[in-house]
Amino acid sequence: MKLAAEGLAKRFAGGVEALADVSIELAAGEFVSIVGPSGCGKSTLLAMLAGLLEPSAGRILLDGVAARDGLLGRIGYMPQRDLLMEWRTTLQNATLGLELAGVARAVARERALAEVGRFGLAGFEDRRPSALSGGMRQRAALLRTFLAGRDVMVLDEPFGALDALTREAMREWLLGVWEADRKTILLVTHDVEEAVFLSDRVYVMSGPPGRIRTAVEVSLPRPRTLELTATPAFAELKARLLAPLREEARSALGSA
Amino acid sequence: MSTTGTRLALALGGRLEPRPHAALGRRRGVVGRVLPPMVVGVLLLALWQGYVALSGVREGTFPSPLEVADALVRDRSLLLSSAWTTLSEILLGYGVAIVVGIALATAVSSSRLIERAIYPWLVVSQMIPIPAIAPVVVLWTGFDIRPKLIVIALVTFFPIAVNTIDGLRATDSELVGLLRTLGAGRLEVFRIARLPNALPYVFSGLRVSAAFAVIAAVFAEWVGSTSGLGVLILDYGNQAATADVFATVFVLALIGVALFAAVGIVERLAVPWWQVEQ
Repeated sequence: MKLAAEGLAKRFAGGVEALADVSIELAAGEFVSIVGPSGCGKSTLLAMLAGLLEPSAGRILLDGVAARDGLLGRIGYMPQRDLLMEWRTTLQNATLGLELAGVARAVARERALAEVGRFGLAGFEDRRPSALSGGMRQRAALLRTFLAGRDVMVLDEPFGALDALTREAMREWLLGVWEADRKTILLVTHDVEEAVFLSDRVYVMSGPPGRIRTAVEVSLPRPRTLELTATPAFAELKARLLAPLREEARSALGSA
Repeated sequence: MSTTGTRLALALGGRLEPRPHAALGRRRGVVGRVLPPMVVGVLLLALWQGYVALSGVREGTFPSPLEVADALVRDRSLLLSSAWTTLSEILLGYGVAIVVGIALATAVSSSRLIERAIYPWLVVSQMIPIPAIAPVVVLWTGFDIRPKLIVIALVTFFPIAVNTIDGLRATDSELVGLLRTLGAGRLEVFRIARLPNALPYVFSGLRVSAAFAVIAAVFAEWVGSTSGLGVLILDYGNQAATADVFATVFVLALIGVALFAAVGIVERLAVPWWQVEQ
């Protein structure tokens, strides 16, 4: 396994239990998603995988080894918000990881310039982030994560803030990028359709405290296009994933 | 953001989001920004001149703008040399305040312990009644530039320090987290995120301090000095040369406005992503 979490739990100071018992696995080159309602602990899980939070219990294995000094700096991490810095140009934002790795500025710039076409940022290299559209900002943030060059990337609802049409286009685009590079990607989303369309496997999470309720293998053929979402096989998978989530939402409303 | 919204945010002392198209508005707005204050200024001068002419008040009590203008021309060489003295005091004191203020802010924001140890004393430093302590400073240092430097720096470092601390603190904690996952250490987080994030705040502090610096310089000269615009005000005051006092105040105001404007220009250059209508 490229990345594995075993029995992860997180209890914050003050007693709030964010994660109860989370185990997931990603093989090298797999695209895996976690779907769950807002506040179920998805972001906490990703922050732990990125090395920003210490688990209260359980362990995380990267390439089968529990990272001794933590995972900080070893996993590519894309938070929900793009966090582009207005005092840097798009390209300077994208090359942050390279800059911090000590790569010479000219080399970093060249590597980034080679990717701007694929990431739909051509012509905006030297513009400030405020000149970019919402979709472009997310692609710039993704380019920053990609250029950092980690084998494993965890993405926290990267398309959550985009309008429906842009979001669809971005899914197809992301799939193309992933199929070219075959990095190992873990994507967190609350959108079941997004999860099924992109993934090899989908975990359904419930909470708080966050638990994995079920895992569903998605064996739909690749390469996939948006037309796939209209097929019966796709609808059947979607329904299987939605059932436990709906149950969860109903009981949450009932207990409120 | 709409213009009304912008005005409102500024009026409430709020900060603005970076505005990508501010340059456009600026080019169109130069006349719009210079004209209104000019009109108000001319109106006030006319009112003043009219009042003095019609009320028959004596020149020694309340001089007219024309008499002040007369005094400006008459005293020009003394005003100029005194202005130079006061301006150098201000620039030096202000410079010390910038260095000390930013250094203290960096120290305070670098660790909780240092913050707890130092911050209360920064506040205490502003409780010092300057009139009480200034003569003592003169006793220690004599009549050279040092007491002026100390008084000006003491008054002006505080807004710079407090604003810089706020700016360094206001850095998005998620951005800091992201930088750490990209391999950034504390120093790199400071250089890449905290410092640029704090710059607009630093300039807010610099602008407030620019206004204080002029007042502080006058006071510092009153306590112990033999030259400068503050001394000139005292001398003219003793001679009941009211028009000359006003002329001196006018020069002081010019220095204040120039300092304020200079800070604005440097801000435009240093923080180009941060466009605030001024």
